[in-house]
Amino acid sequence: MAHGWENLIALAGNPNCGKTTLFNAITGARRHVGNYPGITVEKKEGYCQVNDIEIELVDLPGTYSLTAYSPEELVARNYLIQDRPSAVINIVDASNLDRNLYLTVQLLELGIPVLIALNMVDMATARGFEINAEELGRRLRVPVIPTVARTGSGKEELLQAAAQLVQKGAVWDPLYISYGPDIDPVLDKMEALIGSGSFLTDLHPARWTALKYLEADVEVIRKGREKDPAISGKLEGLAEQVSQHLQKTLDSYPEAIIADHRYGFITALLKGGVVKHSHKTDRLYLTDQLDRVLINRFFGPVLMMLIIYAVYTFTFTYSKVPVGWLEAGFSELGRLADSSLPPGPFKSLIISGVIDGVGGVLGFVPLILFMFFGIAILEDTGYLARVAYMLDRVFRTFGLHGSSVMAYIISGGIAGGCAVPGVLAARTLRSSRERIATLITAPFMNCGAKLPVFAMLIAAFFSSKEAQVMFLLTVLSWVAALLIAKLIRSTILRGPSTPFLLELPPYRLPTFKGLLIHTWERAWQYIRKAGTIILAISIVFWALMSFPGLPESKRKIYDDERASILAGGAGSLARLGARIDEIDNEEAQAALKYSIAGRIGSGLTLVTSVNGFDWRTNVALLSGIAAKEIIISTMGTAYSLGRSRRGEKIPLSGRLAADPSWTPLKAFSLIIFIMLYAPCFATVTCIIRESTWKWGLFSMVFNTLTAFIVSGLVYRGGLWLGLG
Amino acid sequence: MAIVILRKMAKGQKGTIHRVTASGEIGRRIRDMGLVPGTPFQVQGRAPLKDPVAIRLRNFTLTLRNSESDFIEAEVEEI
Repeated sequence: MAHGWENLIALAGNPNCGKTTLFNAITGARRHVGNYPGITVEKKEGYCQVNDIEIELVDLPGTYSLTAYSPEELVARNYLIQDRPSAVINIVDASNLDRNLYLTVQLLELGIPVLIALNMVDMATARGFEINAEELGRRLRVPVIPTVARTGSGKEELLQAAAQLVQKGAVWDPLYISYGPDIDPVLDKMEALIGSGSFLTDLHPARWTALKYLEADVEVIRKGREKDPAISGKLEGLAEQVSQHLQKTLDSYPEAIIADHRYGFITALLKGGVVKHSHKTDRLYLTDQLDRVLINRFFGPVLMMLIIYAVYTFTFTYSKVPVGWLEAGFSELGRLADSSLPPGPFKSLIISGVIDGVGGVLGFVPLILFMFFGIAILEDTGYLARVAYMLDRVFRTFGLHGSSVMAYIISGGIAGGCAVPGVLAARTLRSSRERIATLITAPFMNCGAKLPVFAMLIAAFFSSKEAQVMFLLTVLSWVAALLIAKLIRSTILRGPSTPFLLELPPYRLPTFKGLLIHTWERAWQYIRKAGTIILAISIVFWALMSFPGLPESKRKIYDDERASILAGGAGSLARLGARIDEIDNEEAQAALKYSIAGRIGSGLTLVTSVNGFDWRTNVALLSGIAAKEIIISTMGTAYSLGRSRRGEKIPLSGRLAADPSWTPLKAFSLIIFIMLYAPCFATVTCIIRESTWKWGLFSMVFNTLTAFIVSGLVYRGGLWLGLG
Repeated sequence: MAIVILRKMAKGQKGTIHRVTASGEIGRRIRDMGLVPGTPFQVQGRAPLKDPVAIRLRNFTLTLRNSESDFIEAEVEEI
């Protein structure tokens, strides 16, 4: 019995109870992070060995309860019911005992063998109470082991106890709580009905099923109807009767009575010697003192802006150096390939497709590491919850949530961010409608890759007012993101805002190890994606822009020209080289126009003439879906300026300024389009990761449509006003 | 003793939960967090824009929007 991974143990507990810290302390490096199928709730698995028993540990999402309120709760519950681990280690925050035990009671009612890790006993002592773990264990009839996850104290005892429980082969033994004279009789009746029909009894105890019917648990009732509509119907009828009776006589609901009795059970449990209060219970905790300033009506918002600005500066300043190393590394790799590979489509594929594509994505990795580190600090200290608390009122107006602010700011709410870590930062949002609205609108912010494009266009057409235009663009991106979030939330994602019941956890000093693990886990998932999906997409884009190649007859014209220049031989060598380069560039332009992407770009002018864009702009925008900074280099090629490496904007800027078909209005319409249209592939990949592929696709189509309409209105409106 | 809804309570005011008038998801969520009749609590403060409200109960701090605090009736000392 001590072989293989059959010794499965789940970790369950409230958010902020130290569950993840304990999981990290137990499993160390032997772990794996993934997702539960179909939803974005993280699934962490790890392994450890106690004596000679191999134990597989699954870290369930942090939940306050086992109702089906949030995806996390549903996942945790279904895992216990369907995967049936041998036991559950329930981590209970000793400094917040009664609310934490509410989950414990529900685990015990389900009947699964439970082992309690009474965590943060040091914190409880500091707060002025002692808990008699032995007595608590005796009353609940489960082992209770005091632990301090931060220091690892109690870890060994906990594992020994878990191993014992597993070896003993503990069986499911549900706890029986009395719910009073209004509920108990009907519970008995329902229990008998369920027992006689073996209704869902393979999954959970009869009384538990009955309770869920009384609590009107949508998920259990749905499963019940599938299993046996007749019994389910009778149970629903009984539940309905009680519910009506309670509303008439007590003006209350079954689920209210049930919750009251559960808390009543806990109060009784803790009476008479389990919890001993010392004299200092009334003192102000450090957290309360900090909160007096940090969520103060006046200082709170000011400090919040400073703190967010500090995280932002930290992320983008300190990641510059490693980002530079990576960029230099990849361009060195490109040069190496350039000099060692024979010319031809294969070389072009390796350089423009593989190295530029994957390099562009991996280049974000240091940025992501720094950003996640910053967020992990805010999250693990407990500050992020305060940010959501302070900003909720503002963001709710637009159908979002207080936590949306981090995603916006990191995406470029302060110009120069990046939507990739921004979208990933939306993970701290628990409510699904608000999270998706945030995912779709965060890429409207002016990320660092859009800035060089804007800078080029501003230099060409608004050179006298650079700073003002840049500031205007930042304001516009916020206005657009918030208004479109509002639009989405009142149409396709219509629905009431998710209830905002947020715990403000006590401030805690995060452990450095915890922060590093937290950061690395998230970054690694991103890196893995870069190697697969993004590589494939870059190759597709490379092919679109390279094939079909110019026909032989056309290529011959350029070859002949080059030959005639060389044969003529007049002028200096430098002049000659310049002429050859000119012809090379003209050929590149012709090749681009001839390629599939070029043809798509030309075809699209039918539509984009509304916005004032010609085929060159269209191709550049198309290439910009791969990564926004490519827009400049593609435009350069399209204007036969040579395939200059990124960042070289002066010749293009001058070229556009001199072009009579370009006007400031057209440039502004293009800026608006670039601000709003499809997110880059790295971002779309992340949106898919954080939601579903449908929303990833939606963000591309919807955002492009938004860009088309808004920029079209700007252009046509401007023409009408005579600004063209 | 008087009964008031949580939204009407002042910062620093103490009370005891009298009743939670919500059913369904919101009701269950509120009760799961420990807001059941007889629970003593104190209003800790309000966010800069007066919404949400932060209350302290059972040794932890919970924040909820005004729209949710309308479901919570509390017993308070007569002023």
